[in-house]
Amino acid sequence: MATTLPRRLGVAIVVAVIVAFLSIRLNAFRDFQIAEIAVEVTAVAGLTVLTGLSGQISLGNGAFMAIGAYATALLLLHLNWPFYVVLVIAAAITAAAGAIVGIAAARLHGPYLAGATLLLGVALPSLALAYPGIFGSDQGLNVVFSAPSFLGVNFPLTRWQAWVSSAAALIVLVLLANLDRSRIGRNWRAVRDNEVAAALDGINVAAARVRAFVVSAACAGLAGALLALVTGLVAPGGFTLTLSIALLTAAVIGGLGSLPGALWGSLVIVLVPTYVTDVATSHGLSSTVAANIPIAAYGVVLILVMLLFPNGIQGGLLRLISAFLGPDQKSRNRRNAPTPHVTPSADQAPASQHEKEGTS
Amino acid sequence: MKKSQRLRWQAAAIMTSALLGVAACSSGSSSSSSSASGGSSSSAALTASAPGVTTTTITIGSHQPLTGPAAPGYSEIAPAANAYFQYVNANGGVYGRKIVYKYLDDGYDPTKTASIVRQLVLQDNVYAIFNGLGTPTHLAAVSFLNSEKVPDVFVASGCDCWNAPSTYPETFGWQLDYISEGKILGQYIKQKFAGKKIGFFYQNDEFGQDGVKGLLDELPASMVVAKQSYVPTNVNVGPAVAALRAAGAQVVVSFSIPAFTALLKLTSLKLGFSPTLVVSNVGSDPITLSGLLEAFAKQGGATVNGNQLTTGIITDAYLPALSASDSWYVLFKKVHDQYEPKAPLDGNFFYGMSVAYSFVQAMFKAGRNPTRADLVNAIQGGLPQGPMVAPFAFSSSNHLGVTGAYIGIIQNGVVTQQGSVLTTDSTATGPISTYTGSEEQAPASGVPAASS
Amino acid sequence: MVEFLQFTLSGIVFGMIYAAIALSLVLIWRGTRLLNFAQGGMAMLTTYVAIEVIYKTNSYWAGFLIALAAGLVLGAVSEVAVVRPTVGKPELNSVIVTIGLLILIEGLAGIFFGGQYRSFPAGFSIKGIRVSGTPIGVSRFDVFTALAVLAVTLILAVTFRYTSAGLRMRAAAFNATVARLSGIRVARVLTVGWALAGLLGALAGVLVSPSTFLYPNSMDAIFVLGFTAAVIGGLDSPVGAVVGGLLLGVALSYVGGYLNSDLTSLVALGILVAVLMIRPNGLFATARMRRV
Repeated sequence: MATTLPRRLGVAIVVAVIVAFLSIRLNAFRDFQIAEIAVEVTAVAGLTVLTGLSGQISLGNGAFMAIGAYATALLLLHLNWPFYVVLVIAAAITAAAGAIVGIAAARLHGPYLAGATLLLGVALPSLALAYPGIFGSDQGLNVVFSAPSFLGVNFPLTRWQAWVSSAAALIVLVLLANLDRSRIGRNWRAVRDNEVAAALDGINVAAARVRAFVVSAACAGLAGALLALVTGLVAPGGFTLTLSIALLTAAVIGGLGSLPGALWGSLVIVLVPTYVTDVATSHGLSSTVAANIPIAAYGVVLILVMLLFPNGIQGGLLRLISAFLGPDQKSRNRRNAPTPHVTPSADQAPASQHEKEGTS
Repeated sequence: MKKSQRLRWQAAAIMTSALLGVAACSSGSSSSSSSASGGSSSSAALTASAPGVTTTTITIGSHQPLTGPAAPGYSEIAPAANAYFQYVNANGGVYGRKIVYKYLDDGYDPTKTASIVRQLVLQDNVYAIFNGLGTPTHLAAVSFLNSEKVPDVFVASGCDCWNAPSTYPETFGWQLDYISEGKILGQYIKQKFAGKKIGFFYQNDEFGQDGVKGLLDELPASMVVAKQSYVPTNVNVGPAVAALRAAGAQVVVSFSIPAFTALLKLTSLKLGFSPTLVVSNVGSDPITLSGLLEAFAKQGGATVNGNQLTTGIITDAYLPALSASDSWYVLFKKVHDQYEPKAPLDGNFFYGMSVAYSFVQAMFKAGRNPTRADLVNAIQGGLPQGPMVAPFAFSSSNHLGVTGAYIGIIQNGVVTQQGSVLTTDSTATGPISTYTGSEEQAPASGVPAASS
Repeated sequence: MVEFLQFTLSGIVFGMIYAAIALSLVLIWRGTRLLNFAQGGMAMLTTYVAIEVIYKTNSYWAGFLIALAAGLVLGAVSEVAVVRPTVGKPELNSVIVTIGLLILIEGLAGIFFGGQYRSFPAGFSIKGIRVSGTPIGVSRFDVFTALAVLAVTLILAVTFRYTSAGLRMRAAAFNATVARLSGIRVARVLTVGWALAGLLGALAGVLVSPSTFLYPNSMDAIFVLGFTAAVIGGLDSPVGAVVGGLLLGVALSYVGGYLNSDLTSLVALGILVAVLMIRPNGLFATARMRRV
């Protein structure tokens, strides 16, 4: 919609300025964390669109990040093109992979889709071990990334990394916000809510689902490419199932289907574990025990957020604020309360209509 | 604008102000104490001569797999090193400074390693990174450490990639690299098992692959009848062992971690396969192996015995055997009993304390008010062996650690040395020589002398 | 030829472990339409309980039985405390809750039991069985493993089919509203389903831990393959779970023996994709897609 795009761009620019300000004021490690958060936001935003808007669960977006990261490393290694070109190409390559996965997964729903994407996330990185000559085996490939010379010799690399990642994340968020409001986004929501009705409406269900995978994969691929630039190494150990699960939990904690939710979720997964470790070590607990506490704590956070804020942090925030301001006629929750179907959808199993009324 | 839209703006505004508030509060904390030392004076006052060095402490950092699938075994190393540091701190420290060892968990994930190494250097201002564990993980840290000129000492990995003084001048290995190890084992097999059929069982990563490379530098390819690899995520090694048996291997060389050495042994038992086992020191610690096999010895009506399973395993070692007659064992046992009594005193523990000992030696050599460059120069100038059985290779052109090991056979739960210590390098054609020098004894005080 | 037999038999044994995990997932799916990601973690926890009992009492069977009992309890408690509150909320929430439970369990295990390997005993001899002098690749304990899983499966199948308790469970899964109207305490039935799943997971844990050694993440890889087996077989079908498990176990055994162990997860993915292409709801899918 023409009127809201300038507004969205305006918001993006304001956020960009804020991030630039923060990156200059904060120390180099915080800059690195800004870059990390931006990488996560890029990936989580794509996943939240896939799972929240189009209703397809993916436990394997870490594999798409791996594709983007390896593509970046290989392109820089063998062709040495400018990084912004490489980022776009890596995203495009991953989008193509997403199309393949989307087509293969088009007929899959719920747990079957979950299982297939789970195994994708587990199996794909092992390609690097199977073809060590190209992919560098478990040691991976190095990526060299430096700040451009026009910024001056003393410009900290971490700040440049924060800028590049944040810019990419903001561009992705604006594009996704546009998609969300467009016909494509509406088609996704229609397919998510009731495939049969959507098909009757003339929507090409399979195409919509594949499109969602393509978009999600492109975002994850871009995130992987940024990760390669930020960490400097692309190795299979960095793309395990843990990553895919972290992305999904971030998307749901933040608020499934909402783009601000991608930011809240990313903040949680990047900042909470370090904070909890610091607290634990400062209380004199041995480093080994202190290392397990953030893990247990993250599990507790996941459970509590899901029980207390079923619509994630974004949903919780909106509820809190509207509680302050009084009841709202037009509830935003309509848009932010998706029902992605992990169960088979209504048309599949004739009699297994599962009504979960109350808990007797 | 609509009320619902206003909600979103307000939510955004609140979060933004919160972020800015956090930024304003925390941005003042990026201090780093780095006054130059301006030439160390004699026994004069201690100064804050480098980041991480104060008048009372030296803070070093590390990345370790404390959680996750790689944690078992490896997570013992850092607490062991810390135990030795605490012992040194209680006995005068390094020129009176206490060593503070901050090791963080990376879960063997290189992405996490990149993050915590930056945290340690940029936020916690550590003096050096010590004993970073793992090849893929440390590769995610090494470029950053070198570009920040942070000493990156005694990497806990046998990769020969740490030997790059021109590209990674700050980085030093410590343990025997896997290629040299493969060569030493290969030569022994060639001499003792000429004419026999050899099978390889190896972890399919840099550790196993480098080991195989070293083995093939010495063993003629005609002797090798089978090569089977495994991945740590798949415990069904039955097929691999069955394949080795089918090829008729009479000697199996295993570059495996202890869990998979144990599995190899158990599966061989199941298949009625009894080759001579030659195992890399990474996976051959008798105490660890006995621990893994313990349940099979303990069960009622036991048909297998823990010690019986490890007896006869041939291995190599660059640290002394864990026997009460060794001065290092006596020292480390004293430290263990005092500071980490609940941990098992096994190969990993010994490793942790030994590398900590080398670090303390290096710190003493670096001087009373060391800069970061002082530590690097101290190591490059050559370091005493300490507990190692062979000399270090450290020089300005070689950043690899110990140069050799001895062959040993496990008997009754202890590695018994066979023959002399052998030294070599990680090149394909570098010769293997007998080391004629002697080993050092542990100092009586347990703390290295504060000398050159 | 002997190797083929050895690969096949060891594949069957591991396949039965995957089948046990797959069965527990199927039980929960049929009963509550949820995926329990914490199944592997719960199995790890009950195995720790077993090992503590074994070392204190010096009796393997005491540990074995107490682990199964702990599995029942843990399953029931998880359902009541953590999963039931997510009923009626967005579906994905229960997935995230079980993931949270898994992460929490692994963290707690690390804190209370430490991260080192624990050696877990086998109930029977682990020496290979020989047939006319040739080792066939399995031990008495392996045979026990396969038979134990088979026995529990059959008991559950018989219970479901021929007892009134089983009938109630099937009714509650089929149509909760009507079941409730018939007087079935649906909530209790769901709890029982989770409890039985916990028992199956605990069984898998004690049977496989001699081979994996026990540590907080020891059941992770087993769970992934068990989940894959369940999906291959069809989440509605207990028979599918067993078939899926055996298929996967044997196939991966051949890959490890004839090809390369690197390729195991890729081959598993290939098998899964191949099956799902032909039958998107698994091999023994009972639900049929209606194309409009």
